[in-house]
Amino acid sequence: MQTETAHVLEVKDLAVEFHTVQGRVKAVRDVSFYLDRGETLAILGESGSGKSVSASAIMNLIDSPPGYITQGSITYRGQDLLGMTGAERRRINGCKIAMIFQDPLAHLNPVYPVGWQIAELMRAHGVEKATASARALELMERVGLPNAKARFDAYPHQFSGGQRQRLMIAMALGLEPDILIADEPTTALDVTVQAQILELLQKLQAETGMGLLLITHDLGVVADIADRVVVMNSGEIVEAGTTREVFKHPRHAYTQKLIAAAPGKGALHAVEPSQDGSAPLLEVENVVKYYGGLKALKGASFTLMPGETIAIVGESGSGKSTLARTLLRLEEPTEGRALYKGRDLFALSPKELFDMRREIQMVFQDPTQSLNPRMRVEQLISEAWAIHRDLLPRAQWSDRVAELLLQVGLLPEHAQRYPHQFSGGQRQRIAIARALAMSPELIICDEAVSALDVSIQAQVIALLDELRRTFNLSYIFIAHDLPVVRDFADRVIVMQNGEIVEMGTVEQIFNRPQQAYTRDLLAAGLEADPDIQSARRAERAAHAALSAV
Amino acid sequence: MIASTLKCARSPAEALAPPRHPSVAMLKMLWADKFALAAAIFLLIALFCAIFGPSLMEEAATKLNLRDRNAPPFDTERGWMFVLGADSLGRSILARILVASQNTLLIAAASVAFAMLVGGTLGLIAGYSGRRVSDTIMRLADVIMSFPSLLLAVIVLYMLEPSILNLVFVLAITRIPIYLRTTRAEVLEIRERMFIQAAQVMGASSARIILRHMLPIVIPTLVTIGTLDFAFVMLAESSLSFLGIGIQPPEITWGLMIAQGRAYLNQAWWLAFWPGVAIILTTMSLNLLSGWLRIALDPLQRWRLEMGGNNNAN
Repeated sequence: MQTETAHVLEVKDLAVEFHTVQGRVKAVRDVSFYLDRGETLAILGESGSGKSVSASAIMNLIDSPPGYITQGSITYRGQDLLGMTGAERRRINGCKIAMIFQDPLAHLNPVYPVGWQIAELMRAHGVEKATASARALELMERVGLPNAKARFDAYPHQFSGGQRQRLMIAMALGLEPDILIADEPTTALDVTVQAQILELLQKLQAETGMGLLLITHDLGVVADIADRVVVMNSGEIVEAGTTREVFKHPRHAYTQKLIAAAPGKGALHAVEPSQDGSAPLLEVENVVKYYGGLKALKGASFTLMPGETIAIVGESGSGKSTLARTLLRLEEPTEGRALYKGRDLFALSPKELFDMRREIQMVFQDPTQSLNPRMRVEQLISEAWAIHRDLLPRAQWSDRVAELLLQVGLLPEHAQRYPHQFSGGQRQRIAIARALAMSPELIICDEAVSALDVSIQAQVIALLDELRRTFNLSYIFIAHDLPVVRDFADRVIVMQNGEIVEMGTVEQIFNRPQQAYTRDLLAAGLEADPDIQSARRAERAAHAALSAV
Repeated sequence: MIASTLKCARSPAEALAPPRHPSVAMLKMLWADKFALAAAIFLLIALFCAIFGPSLMEEAATKLNLRDRNAPPFDTERGWMFVLGADSLGRSILARILVASQNTLLIAAASVAFAMLVGGTLGLIAGYSGRRVSDTIMRLADVIMSFPSLLLAVIVLYMLEPSILNLVFVLAITRIPIYLRTTRAEVLEIRERMFIQAAQVMGASSARIILRHMLPIVIPTLVTIGTLDFAFVMLAESSLSFLGIGIQPPEITWGLMIAQGRAYLNQAWWLAFWPGVAIILTTMSLNLLSGWLRIALDPLQRWRLEMGGNNNAN
């Protein structure tokens, strides 16, 4: 920070406050960072850390009121952004500083063709119509959209998630910005697509020399493409430095905790060979589910032993959730059998199904949505006993709720609160307590930790693991990426396009994957280690060069 | 993110708050919203008038006084009974409004409640059940909606006797589709939410899912529509009375008073004005109160009122 003008973007001592009924809440305090041309700076933090607020301040996106920038300066090439008039600011926003977001579908207008939308931004900044359209087409090709010319007039819903993110990037690049702010650009994408988008961002950065400001909660993403990283926690920067330095020698306790929490480092579960004696808990035989012409599930078969954890891993559209929903009879299967303790789940009478509900429970992806917002925790958990009357006499309900809350790491007095008064991780604990209320034998977790922050993820997985040992539970654990299930599962099933691609012990899948898709999936997963990531990147590049020849 | 920060800030305070009786908490929240408080007080007064008005004021409301025909309001000479003026037969408007409140509120409340109950129930069924049942119910609603409500009322009331009960029945029938459609639309959306699936996984029956999980979310919307509908029903009733098939003199309602005052609008505006004010105030109060209720019943929004209450107390 020797010369002020050396940095293309510099944020100094930024403080942002939100005025709420409780008084002022400081969302961000004393935040300083800078970004040079051609470099990638990552702002790493969990939800509520203030990383998005910092980025919003640069783009003038903070709603005021209730938000106020109370202190600090943001300079772009030496010009103070905060002191500018609205008109001056607009000339820089979008033009010199562009932004892409997590959910591209929400930021593309569904009623206009994508080519028109990309050109629109340029037209808004005074580029002529014909030039803008030509350039839009060129950009679509540049961000790697196949068949760009034919799809120029297609609408956003006709593109996949990864392609939509490419479109957003094309739109952002329209005016050749100096700075690109990417707010969780790959969070909503599948791992293999994520790897492609990150690669694209890096390639474009190398070509244009723009500065890339990456806001993310994902250590893997940071390790993959960032040059420098700023770690934020509850509104403050706790650590800053080059990615390598921070990842290898984290100085602050929070960073250390965060890096330690990254999944995929623990010991692999050894498979206990005691499987021969006992009867399997669940035998799934050739389950098929068609939605009209769409073949969501093309025949899945596997067995689950008592006390075992099977992870089903696959990207979106692989049929993993359909499988779970079918087993729980939330969907009716088109074909197949699922024998639970020898009885076919799909042939149960309503009465039998009702009894079966006690033994198989589910934990959903997003606890915010799976808990009724109008019910207190006590009502949520005791609903199980209200439905299954003979399970527990009413007089014991509140004692049992308190007990369950303690078991999942919450406090008995939490029983009187509503779900919105808890954090995401706590809410998932409530959902787990609810599933435990029935004393089930099998719990199906559908992406149960995907919506949570990394450190919380680790805690919830540890909790599930502990509960398994205490109650001898079996799990079917559905996830979209492999590292999460590495330290937790006994066996892994990899699914793609409605079919099981590979099945094996966790050790087999991670150390000796047989199928190409499994290897792709493993390679696309981002390790929270810059060295591993750069090695992989080099390998991929070599591979690509080889196949090009 | 802002919200999450906010929640964190809130939690300790809540943990410390001693558990209060629900009704005390409700009253505190009502105190926090002064508009809703005023509305509640007005509605209590209106309710009091509706119950005791006829027995107390019957005589004053029906006594003819031809010398004071169309007497203007705010004239102190005739005594406080004539503070709002007198009608075309010299009867005190104030007394008549108070007496009329009984019929008016009874008809409106009964119609709205009946329509809400039937429409809401059918809507829940239509939204939750299969396609066939749903389609049948919806087409039935379409039939009612496509038939001019006034015409329906005329036919029914010509065939039947124009009593209060029949009037309530006709008014309710014509309003049912509104509740039905709203409820169904909400149910269709709620049905897809994850917590409904969570309840299914636990083995909850359809009745339980509908009553325990869906109804609490639908009710605030229905109540809000109901309060707006209250005014509509009052005016619809007056137009039926105007056609001679609704409430007949000497029985009175606010709507009928407006209808009767219409002929005198250019000489004596107060004939139609005061009952109009009564209708507006009632509707507005109901509306304010329902807005408050909507927030008070929603655990996610409730803090607005609780915070307001604390600020006032400090």
